[in-house]
Amino acid sequence: MRLFKTKSVDPKSLESFPEHSSTSPLSVHAMTIAYHQKPVLWDVDYDAPESALVAIVGPNGAGKTTFIKGCLNLIPRATGTVEFWGSSYQSQRTRVGYVPQRESVDWDFPVSVLDVVLMGRYGKIGWFRPITSAHKRAAMQCLEDVGLADFAKRQINQLSGGQQQRVFLARALAQESELYFMDEPFAGVDAATSQTIIDVLRRLKQQGKTVLCVHHDLVSVPEYFDHVLMLNTRVIAAGPTAETFTQEHLKKTYGARLTLLEEVSQAIAQASRGGV
Amino acid sequence: MAKASSLVDVSVQFPQADEIIKVLLLQSGHNTASVMLGAGFLGVAAGVVGTFALLRKRALMGDAIAHASLPGICTAFLLLTSLGFAGRNLFALLLGATFSGLLCIACVHLLARHTRLSEDAAIGAVLSVFFGAGVVLLSIIQTLGTGNEGGLHDFIYGQTAAMRRVDALVLAYAAGLTLLSSLLMLKEFRIVCFDSAFAEVQGWPSNLIDAAMMGLVIGVTVIGLQSVGIILIVALLIVPAAAARFWTENLNIMTLTAGLIGGISGYFGAAASALFPRLPAGAVIVSVCGVLFALSMFFAPRRGVLATTLRHSSLSLRVAREHLLRTIYETLETSPQELKAGKALSIAELKNHLGAVPNSFVVFMLRTQGLLRRQADGSLALTESGFAEAARVTRNHRLWEEYIVLHGQLAVSHVDYSADLVEHVLSQSIVAELVEVLRRAGRLPQHASPAESLHPLTGGAA
Repeated sequence: MRLFKTKSVDPKSLESFPEHSSTSPLSVHAMTIAYHQKPVLWDVDYDAPESALVAIVGPNGAGKTTFIKGCLNLIPRATGTVEFWGSSYQSQRTRVGYVPQRESVDWDFPVSVLDVVLMGRYGKIGWFRPITSAHKRAAMQCLEDVGLADFAKRQINQLSGGQQQRVFLARALAQESELYFMDEPFAGVDAATSQTIIDVLRRLKQQGKTVLCVHHDLVSVPEYFDHVLMLNTRVIAAGPTAETFTQEHLKKTYGARLTLLEEVSQAIAQASRGGV
Repeated sequence: MAKASSLVDVSVQFPQADEIIKVLLLQSGHNTASVMLGAGFLGVAAGVVGTFALLRKRALMGDAIAHASLPGICTAFLLLTSLGFAGRNLFALLLGATFSGLLCIACVHLLARHTRLSEDAAIGAVLSVFFGAGVVLLSIIQTLGTGNEGGLHDFIYGQTAAMRRVDALVLAYAAGLTLLSSLLMLKEFRIVCFDSAFAEVQGWPSNLIDAAMMGLVIGVTVIGLQSVGIILIVALLIVPAAAARFWTENLNIMTLTAGLIGGISGYFGAAASALFPRLPAGAVIVSVCGVLFALSMFFAPRRGVLATTLRHSSLSLRVAREHLLRTIYETLETSPQELKAGKALSIAELKNHLGAVPNSFVVFMLRTQGLLRRQADGSLALTESGFAEAARVTRNHRLWEEYIVLHGQLAVSHVDYSADLVEHVLSQSIVAELVEVLRRAGRLPQHASPAESLHPLTGGAA
């Protein structure tokens, strides 16, 4: 049940915004989202680049998760339009993948790891149809990609936090999408899992896909991501990491509270010396 | 409920064995057989639907729907009577129940969505207000004195005695239909129950699937009203599913188990109420269900209370055993010439190193295993095999310590705690792997058996 129905977009209205290209995997225009009349995201305009790893950064309550949910129609938008490759979300659904926050589900649910990954295939399977062995093979391949092939039969309540995160990633891979939204895939995971995740993300990028990741560890942003979207209720800055992820923009995004600033600027300096 | 005239009247007639068998084998007349089969089918349907409602955390919705059905039943009765029909038309009454059940869901939804009330508060408010209105309507009907309202009270606690063959047939069809739809929508229910946002992103209309699920809940509730009653029908939705969860980690098996538990409860509960005509069927059915739940909770192999307790105590026993062995070894180690089997330690000495008197059960266990020997003066000594075992335990402990210093970036002073916990669950293959990792890193403790300890031994002279 939606409070607001988003109006289907008039193609002409897009033409008047030349900055919105129809080839961009994601174009957000004038998106405002409010909870109980208080705006959480204000007039967001954003075009995601093709074949890129984009970090969505910003302080707590900046609207990062809200941005993702607003794009995916999971929460109602007060105003604004979201286009995927120049068309509506409904028509492009199969090309969009999603990794929600790990805490958003009950990990004591009675299913196995493979069952969860298979959920990524349900969209391809369709109503009432049974799950075929071809889908099981595809899901197993995704588990292998995240290094959890041996865990297929394991109950999900026996997984560590890092393994849970990898299961969610495998489920998104099973969607075989071209644009991924990931909500804090690196949160609370061990070093080995971080490495696996970043390897998978880089492989997706090589395949020409775009991944938008809510990311908290500012230090690793220049190392992991080639683009950033800096949010604090509104868009502070967006673009290639090298030009956009600057001290000035970080100050604007995080305000005076940023204690990590020094550390991050060092990391940036290091990264630019390393030629990233 | 109907015939139990007084609670003090306890003259229960126990049936003969052959009568019990006759009832259980459905040989005790058409009516009893219909009631038992009908209740059994109802139990199966409720168990299956309840599984999804429970996992979707909507189980209390069933309770709200059941309570909300009373004003619907009463309104239908009043309407029929005022139009000049006989008020007690089961089909019309259940239609009324369905209608007010739907109204109740709508109210809960609206409250939870448009106010800041949480869903449980909304359910509580709607449930009690609807039921209260129903009770008021019921009293009004009684004061009207149409002489036809006799059966309405039966909906509150349930009444199977009046169930006819055709009612049992309806329940059987309904149960079959429920099973079929659940089977058909298994995949859809699974994804919405586990992660509805992810389902939405893939294009599954989670609201529609939720609505289908709630439709099944309403269906089961309404057809169960007559036999189990408004107050207890929710038990048949929740309890079999909750009991089934103890037995399995697989959703399909859980669904079937819940159906089985519900079916058994319905069948045997109805049989018991046929054998003891004073007992109300609904309450007996739910009681049987409760017994099955208690059995599941205690005796289920992995998640049951008994299994969990056994697992915990066997682990703590193992920890205590290995801790004692290691303490003895480390105490002997402080003077290298004594580092061999045979040297006895007094209880007082052990207490000093262990921080507590050694657990007498653990000592007993080690003695029966032939690892420990008690001297004439009461002091304890390792036997030959006990010494080997103590050496192995100590080695594992130190290997693990070394490993987490190498890979966990832990301060040395924090090592002992986690090593103490983990070493007890190290398998041989993990130990071999540890040795390999440490050897490659050049950190393999030099002394072949127990490596030199990283930190001063607790209580011992370092």
